[in-house]
Amino acid sequence: MRKVAIIGVGQSAFVRGYPGSIRELAFEGFREAMQDAKIATTDIDASVVCSSPEYDKQRSPAGVLAEYLGLTPQPTFYVETLCSSSSTGLKLAYSLVASGLHDVVAVVGFQKMSEITSAESQERMGRGADIQWESPFGTMMPAYYATYARGHFLKYGTTPDDLALIRVKAATYGQINEKAVYRKPVTFDMFSDPDNTMSGPVASPLRVGDCCANADGSSCLIVACEEKAKIFSKKPVWIKGIGAASTAVNLSGRDLFSGLSVGIEAGKQAYKMAGITPKHINVAEVHDCFTIAELMAYENLGFAKPGEGKELIRSKETYREGSIPVNVDGGLLSKGHPIGATGGSQVRTIVLQLRGEAGAMQVKEPVFGLVHNIGGVGLYGNVTILGRE
Amino acid sequence: MAKKDIDIRFSKFGTISFTSTTKVNDFIDKLEAGKVSGTICKDCGAKYFPPRADCCKCFSSNMEWFDVSGKGKLLTYSKLEYAPIGFENDLPYCIAVVDFGEYKVFGRISGDIADSEITGGMELKAVVNKLPSGQINYVFEKA
Repeated sequence: MRKVAIIGVGQSAFVRGYPGSIRELAFEGFREAMQDAKIATTDIDASVVCSSPEYDKQRSPAGVLAEYLGLTPQPTFYVETLCSSSSTGLKLAYSLVASGLHDVVAVVGFQKMSEITSAESQERMGRGADIQWESPFGTMMPAYYATYARGHFLKYGTTPDDLALIRVKAATYGQINEKAVYRKPVTFDMFSDPDNTMSGPVASPLRVGDCCANADGSSCLIVACEEKAKIFSKKPVWIKGIGAASTAVNLSGRDLFSGLSVGIEAGKQAYKMAGITPKHINVAEVHDCFTIAELMAYENLGFAKPGEGKELIRSKETYREGSIPVNVDGGLLSKGHPIGATGGSQVRTIVLQLRGEAGAMQVKEPVFGLVHNIGGVGLYGNVTILGRE
Repeated sequence: MAKKDIDIRFSKFGTISFTSTTKVNDFIDKLEAGKVSGTICKDCGAKYFPPRADCCKCFSSNMEWFDVSGKGKLLTYSKLEYAPIGFENDLPYCIAVVDFGEYKVFGRISGDIADSEITGGMELKAVVNKLPSGQINYVFEKA
């Protein structure tokens, strides 16, 4: 198979209530990636469009976006794995390029969530789980992840305070990320203040501060074969390992309630393909749709042993100066989570880190970076390892 | 020609059912008879909850029903203070996963159990629950 690089990255600002249509929203991330790659639309051989359906009225958005982005008559198609759609799109782009079928592929992720209310969006998100056997009980994403938080608390003695520390870290970096939707500071004391929004109950043991916000946004990754990458890019970032997994949709079909099996499995695949171990990772973006999701990712990716993820955040090892910086762009908790755009945004952060272009969020000379992107309640998991060489 | 009747029994499941037609519609009849039921493959013996019409282990569709019975242990749970559209009137409620050994069951813990009594590992049983709206589901009660 051919080597594959990422030669351009872009994302829109993640916002509440984007004042435009989905094609205009997608254009923002695409334009930034194209200007970053310094290539023309005629250099792109195919596009992969990624989002989660039902948040807007457009059916089959790939054709509509390809036309607006100037990517016709090249082939385009749509891919969906809920919140991990655009990292799945990256895996498909990798396959298309590695196989030799195409040389340059654009992965366009987008989501405009603001056309429906928060409660409507919770109902749609809940239907990303088992609609036949679970949704009739009134399920929603925070409650599903809350069952994992409770599972982790029961097994390992993790506490709500540990989760609050993760939100405080996210806000530390969200404040300096101009693309983030939530840029206000968050302090630990807010979680013990009954009058503060952060402490408000959602689904026990998760509180408002444990949950990321919906947002509108887009992202774009330009993926190229080695030959084209060396022509177009001074600093190509290479895809070293790419893993993916799925599991039972209904919680009753699962065995683990203190971690996500798809994260463990996808991580194993990615490390094996890259030929490295967790200790080689210098910077990571993990899927923190909820604080507990980040804590479980520490353990599922091997940054900490099972049950010891809390020690990493208590000792601030996942801060920018720590031994394994995680989500130092604010994560989903601060950036917001426009479902189909999220994975591409995570990859963008790691690409900028590996190029040394992450500004105030830059970690010291990273060689390997990791992206962990989860779809649904651990239904789909993608882990991608990127490297400078 | 008369319109063919469609079997939509499953639309009775839960506060709101998002599925009306399924090959395991008899699940609703079982509930109405006071039984929470799964299926077992008559060819290879695989046991399924929630019930399935088809066995993915041996590809048989030769299934029979079994009753969820006895005591299970509470694996995890969450109490919701905020609900998706259509479930607001049920608030607050507690979702849970209970381990019955050969299979696990997802559902709600009965509102009759106080929060302070809910603990990991506690013993629970699955009991049929008729809703005031005429819908039907099951809840976990103390075993």
